[in-house]
Amino acid sequence: MYNLLRFLQKFNFLLLFLVLEVVAIMMLAKSHTYQRSKIINSSSSVAGYFFTFRANFADFFTLQHTNELLVKENAALRHKLEVYRKFEYPVDTLNAKPDFDYIPARVISNTVHLRNNYIIINKGSRQGIAKDMGIMSSSGVAGIVTGVTENYSIAISLLHKYANISIQFKHTDQLANVTWSGPDFRIGNIVDIPTYVNMKHGDTLLTSGNSLIFPEGIIVGTIDEPLESEAGDMNAATMLFATDFNKLKSVFVIKNNNKFELNSLNKLRPDE
Amino acid sequence: MNRYLMNTFRFAGLLALQVLVLNYIRINGYINPYVYILYIMLLPFGIKGWTLLAAGFVMGYSVDLFMGTPGLHVAATVFMAFMRPTIIRMSTGAQESDNLFEPSLSKMGMRWFFSYALWLVVIHHFALFFLESFSIAQIGNTLLRTLFSVVFTQFFILILMLMFKTSTKKTERMAL
Repeated sequence: MYNLLRFLQKFNFLLLFLVLEVVAIMMLAKSHTYQRSKIINSSSSVAGYFFTFRANFADFFTLQHTNELLVKENAALRHKLEVYRKFEYPVDTLNAKPDFDYIPARVISNTVHLRNNYIIINKGSRQGIAKDMGIMSSSGVAGIVTGVTENYSIAISLLHKYANISIQFKHTDQLANVTWSGPDFRIGNIVDIPTYVNMKHGDTLLTSGNSLIFPEGIIVGTIDEPLESEAGDMNAATMLFATDFNKLKSVFVIKNNNKFELNSLNKLRPDE
Repeated sequence: MNRYLMNTFRFAGLLALQVLVLNYIRINGYINPYVYILYIMLLPFGIKGWTLLAAGFVMGYSVDLFMGTPGLHVAATVFMAFMRPTIIRMSTGAQESDNLFEPSLSKMGMRWFFSYALWLVVIHHFALFFLESFSIAQIGNTLLRTLFSVVFTQFFILILMLMFKTSTKKTERMAL
């Protein structure tokens, strides 16, 4: 016993260091199973309060630019509205609910320079946001919600190790996947492109609508440089994101109104 | 000023500077200075081992809370705190003494402080970026990021030290 105490006394610095390091690594490892983590620390109310405070300041200086963006978006929406008016269908008043709802929110914290980047927004469960909803900016897809508190939500941005969304080429409807391996926040990677798909610089990529998260046809980016596979199996390409992640300010959270029904449909699959 | 009060102020000030200002400075897109570690560097020479590690843990955890990276900055900062006595021993050629002076620029002189800070910044940044990527395959990228970030962090730390420099007579410094 005495020897044990002496040992502890002699090496207390080293031992405490090891204990603290193990705690830290455990926290780190736990946070990486991000889908199971219910709430990530930084969307807690205290940090949220400070981020809101700072965002209020920062927003003031970008007001003019934000205004310009909104005016442009308004114009585009009005244009679309006019197009739809030409095809006025008789409205089904019983099932008038749209497939997707868009909840506007404001980004209060966002990074682009880390290997795994997160977006925190100022809307939470009270405003109807839940896990696994998509996030888009007015210029394109931005991320996926992974945790909510009452008034804030945290999302992985597309600039994340686990961000993997299904896309399609605009002109051929061929499917592929988008990932990000860093470090440049403007450039993503497209993988799993069948070799028979012709692609060139500037081709537009849209969400495929295969998941329940994003509706079909939201812009993700454009092809920067096609990379042909030498093994001849699947091609890849680099892509320019449509969203400028470095100035993400106002975003929309996408809520799929049919999610519950579609999920229950999946359960009806016959067992194989 | 009471040194506990002084350290508390320094903790709050550096944390605020880091999470409210410096985290939004992205030189060349993804290089970010991490100046909050100055708090650990400036703890007095005679500090107890467990206090030093605990300070590293609390500071790292506070930064993690704001950056949404639980464990990452804790691990790097605790590691840096662990290495601090070794670095001091190497650079002064003696054990950490019992005196309550701080290893600051005004007390120890530019040459000593520069190398002391540089060692600790390198240790912290390498641990940080290595844990973030957590792969040997990306070691080149990790080293590159470490190198660039070290330059900027060191730069900011020296600027801060020069801003808050208190004049100390050279004789006093020698007596230390």
